Amino acid sequence: MRTWSLIRLFTLLVYLFMFTPIAIVVILSFNDAQFGGFPIEGFSLRWFYALAENDAIVRAFRTSLLLGLLAAIIATTLGILASLALMRYSVPATNFFNTLLISPVLIPETVLAVGLLLFMRWLDQPRSIVLLLAGHVLIALPFVVLVVQARLVGIRKVYEDAARSLGANPIQAFFQVTFPLLMPAVFAGLLFAFTISFDNITATLFWRPAGVETVPTQIFGMLRHSISPEINALGTVMIVITVGLPLLAGAIARAFARRRT
Amino acid sequence: MRDEGFDARPWVLLAPALLALLLLMVIPMAIIFVFSFYEYVDVAVDRPAFQFENWLWFFQDGFYHYAIWQTLRISAITMLVCALLGYVPAYFIANTTYRHKWLLMLLLILPFWVSFIIRQLSWVHVLGSQGIVNAALLWLGVIDAPVRLLYNEATVVMGLVHFLLPFMVLNIYVSLESIDRNLVSAARTLGCTGWQAFCQVTLPLSLPGLAAGSLLCFVLAGGSYVTPLILGGPDDFLFGNLIYDTIMLELNWPMGATLSVVLLALLGSLVAIYGRFMGLSRLYKSLN
Repeated sequence: MRTWSLIRLFTLLVYLFMFTPIAIVVILSFNDAQFGGFPIEGFSLRWFYALAENDAIVRAFRTSLLLGLLAAIIATTLGILASLALMRYSVPATNFFNTLLISPVLIPETVLAVGLLLFMRWLDQPRSIVLLLAGHVLIALPFVVLVVQARLVGIRKVYEDAARSLGANPIQAFFQVTFPLLMPAVFAGLLFAFTISFDNITATLFWRPAGVETVPTQIFGMLRHSISPEINALGTVMIVITVGLPLLAGAIARAFARRRT
Repeated sequence: MRDEGFDARPWVLLAPALLALLLLMVIPMAIIFVFSFYEYVDVAVDRPAFQFENWLWFFQDGFYHYAIWQTLRISAITMLVCALLGYVPAYFIANTTYRHKWLLMLLLILPFWVSFIIRQLSWVHVLGSQGIVNAALLWLGVIDAPVRLLYNEATVVMGLVHFLLPFMVLNIYVSLESIDRNLVSAARTLGCTGWQAFCQVTLPLSLPGLAAGSLLCFVLAGGSYVTPLILGGPDDFLFGNLIYDTIMLELNWPMGATLSVVLLALLGSLVAIYGRFMGLSRLYKSLN
């Protein structure tokens, strides 16, 4: 039993290691002090107001949101179509296609970034927001495929066949039966892809056109000088978005599931 | 539609994704390879050619070899620390009788959702000159001026561990969770001590998870370059930093391409070896 309490203590310490630094960022974002560190001088929301008035940050936020939304929609569409093909039809070399779809995670992001950049150079195209979007789709796609396939396993073709034998035409069967069953997979894919795009910095630093900043690259640029209190406030806002959104989605999904049963 | 011979529908569904991968990954990878033979003329100027100057440079310059060694070393240390720190929590979550186990799982997944850059810079608040450790030591009167704790190799490893630990814990947890509990009970009734049962039964059966987690940690650490920029000193660079500097600062694209091929070969061969022995499907599951 003594071993077990040691294991529990060790686990607690690991959790502390994971969360203390993050908690400190959130706490410091409400600090009234002039600088972004300790000591704490009082509670204040001034840095959140300062955020809203900082044009560069607001612009970066808009870019990140737009990029994340578009990347999520495109990656999820591509991922769901491909997953449907691989899971509902007997395609030769299914394994090969699966590996191919997931392979972008197996290649270091830096190399993916250089590859796409050199391809643009080879085509004599300047870096553009379209390149950034395409790159984010590439990075998000494998994760969408993984999430969607995990959800699709439960949707068997028999449901659709049943609808067909009851007189639905293929399009009706898809929209009335398959699509509603697909919705959880669609949402999971969208959410995952959005988070990945919204959070990406490694490849984004290579791909972004001159003068375009996403939230992470903006934070990275601001870090070069010192950690301003605004960065802490921005961090808190990002945490609320990337943690709050999935939690909210999960809670809503659970509420719906409860109502149905 | 009734044609039994060829069904075009799955191919129509697959086509957009395959086209995207072809344009965004397959061709670019080929282009990197081609660029590594191009000739560097001047900053941001290169000439299509087939010559080996970049490769000769890479093979002759000890600096690059040192960078490879440093990258492998830091990745290996990161992987080991992750394995050591990650096994116990995974074991705890898998075996606890705590009623709110889902909460422990959620807390494990939560760091994935917290922005990477925020997680990395948060360590400046812990160890920086205005960080909590220095603030506490100053307040206690142990020191008179802030001590320099950041910007060394140890903090780079720590930042990487902070980023990669959840991958390790999740992988080991999945492995441990799938072990038949009766096996451990059987070992105990046959006279094993708890420790023996762990070493002879649980640990070997959890090795696949440990291997998958280790591979992920190693490969992701070896490919990173942002962490050393935030938490490292001038000497704490990884191979990715060389690529970033060569491409984005020196604008020497042929050399940057060459270095990218090297990094891809280095980390790709590890993935390939792993895939050969363990199969890649486990890795996919663990990324979920």
